Amino acid sequence: MAETPLVRAVGLTKRFPIGGGLFRRPRAWVQAVNGVSFAISRGESLGLVGESGCGKSTVGRMLLGLIPPTGGRIEFDGIDIGRLPRTEFRRLRRRMQVIFQDPYASLDPRMTVEAIVTEPLFADRPPRRAERRRLAAELLDRVGLRASDLDRYPHEFSGGQRQRIGIARALCVRPELIVADEPVSALDVSIQAQVINLLEDLQRDFGLAYLFISHDLAVVEHLCRRVAVMYLGAIVETAPAAEFSRRPLHPYTEALIAAVPVPDVRRPRPPFRMEGDVPSPIDPPPGCPFHPRCPYAFDPCPRETPPLVAAAPGREVACWLNGGRGLSAPASAPTSPVKGERSA
Amino acid sequence: MSDAALLRIEALRVSFRTPEGPGTAVDGVDLAVAAGETLGVVGESGCGKSVTALAVLGLLAVPPARIETGTIRFDGRDLLRLGEEERRRIRGREIAMIFQEPMTSLNPVLPIGRQVAEPLRVHLGLTEAEAREAAAGWLEKVKIPAARRRLADYPHQLSGGMRQRVMIAMAMVCRPRLLIADEPTTALDVTIQAQILSLMRDLKEETGTALLLITHNLGVVAQMAARVLVMYAGQVVEEAPVAALFEEPFHPYTQGLLRSIPVLGGRAGGAKTRLAEIPGLVPAITERIAGCRFAGRCPHAFALCREDPPALLAIGPGRRARCWLHLHPERRRHHG
Repeated sequence: MAETPLVRAVGLTKRFPIGGGLFRRPRAWVQAVNGVSFAISRGESLGLVGESGCGKSTVGRMLLGLIPPTGGRIEFDGIDIGRLPRTEFRRLRRRMQVIFQDPYASLDPRMTVEAIVTEPLFADRPPRRAERRRLAAELLDRVGLRASDLDRYPHEFSGGQRQRIGIARALCVRPELIVADEPVSALDVSIQAQVINLLEDLQRDFGLAYLFISHDLAVVEHLCRRVAVMYLGAIVETAPAAEFSRRPLHPYTEALIAAVPVPDVRRPRPPFRMEGDVPSPIDPPPGCPFHPRCPYAFDPCPRETPPLVAAAPGREVACWLNGGRGLSAPASAPTSPVKGERSA
Repeated sequence: MSDAALLRIEALRVSFRTPEGPGTAVDGVDLAVAAGETLGVVGESGCGKSVTALAVLGLLAVPPARIETGTIRFDGRDLLRLGEEERRRIRGREIAMIFQEPMTSLNPVLPIGRQVAEPLRVHLGLTEAEAREAAAGWLEKVKIPAARRRLADYPHQLSGGMRQRVMIAMAMVCRPRLLIADEPTTALDVTIQAQILSLMRDLKEETGTALLLITHNLGVVAQMAARVLVMYAGQVVEEAPVAALFEEPFHPYTQGLLRSIPVLGGRAGGAKTRLAEIPGLVPAITERIAGCRFAGRCPHAFALCREDPPALLAIGPGRRARCWLHLHPERRRHHG
């Protein structure tokens, strides 16, 4: 690709200390994110899926500069944000905004809707009061609320309406990227669809790029163009959203898909046969992080970590099966072990 | 329906005192669960599904709640007319429950072995040693790895999925005839949810316990229930065998719910369709509504719907719906 992607993460790593204190060494480290790389083009949506503790939210927070990475780098529009002076980072940061999961906790209850929605303007030189109010009214209209809501407080709104306020706030400075962390997970089913449709409309109208973080595979499949599946801090598979549920390449993706209860009584379901919990990221298993739960694990899996490599057009997988191409062949039986290059 | 029902709720009405005035959380709910059956109750937050369950268990906080009218018969006895002592004896022994967040139901300072053994000592009069042995057996049955070595563990030492397994063991030790599960897997990751649902199915098969499964997740209901009730704003709006509900939903609310959720695999071939929204919001429980509660959000509503509340009427074998379209099918508009 000749065009510079809007965002690029290269080998992102994050370790958190456990225990310890100001003068004491930590007792252990949690490897929350372990060498994550991806790119998002302008106007594109990448879904980051995985179960709790897989590191997907930590990736989002690093992208926004809310926490510093332990290793690797983030480029926004070709600029390495880790090397920017603070003031310049602040200016750049306006081009990426965030929508949080909990519309109850993420809005300041003492601020009016107008103040909440226009808050991002104050990171730089805010326009005058009348202009801010005009802008806020326009934003509310855009997200399906009314100008008469400007002087009300968050507690006067339902969960779905609060999420709309959060979206209006994110749009205020005309960002190019929105990091949405479980934006519909706290909403009721009938309200979820309203917010998903709104996010789709806004993406089309403003050419927004999304990093959409979610545990809900169906929502990600619906909303995103590409999907990256995370397990224990690493991306194990990336695929076009329209393909991954039909033909997963990583055994973990296959298990995730089989686990989703589908609201269709006719659809035949593959048996779900994965036992056990996700291992602790404090003491992750050696080799492939998924091998202790993987029904296909064979010789190399406990010894060597498979690298994330291209397996088919537009698809990457980190799995030793089929010479490093994962579940490429239907009903694949373990083939002979491959000696690929060892990943870091 | 003949009265072979294990649990039969009739005309249950529960009101709440709220800062905005009195509200009706459950308004005339009728439902029956046969012995050994799985009945799914689906609906969004505030529809009254959990309040109905708490009323059966006798666990509603009174006040602010108040049971206005109705009967709840369990095996022929009206639970609402029993004393607290008798209800406690039924609860745990004959009717057990599991909730969404196991941490709120487990005692954080008691080892899990003691907690699983307790109902056996209290309800069945087993000795400490017998109860301990049976508890170990149940922890194995719910597939806690190395169960015997974990009897002395405390809840905080377990993962969310393991805690939910402990809760299930506690609920099932006395082999209750009815298990009420309120969003039992909502707080769990999807692979753990699949494990817990399959465990619940296996145990149900083995013990013959009837299951009243309350959830907002239509996928969970499709997998687990034989019959389904859909609740909206304090009322049952549709009841159907599970296949009929998903293949031919009758009530516009049920239809709207099923169209509004993205279904995994729905984009096969790259086609991308827009989700159908249900416009508007669920009415507040304090709102007074003259006609059908769903009329304000319903694409088919006509004058009668706004004036007169429809009754829950039989519309086919094992099927009921609370909708005027049953009597005025010509009013149903077709949407592309």
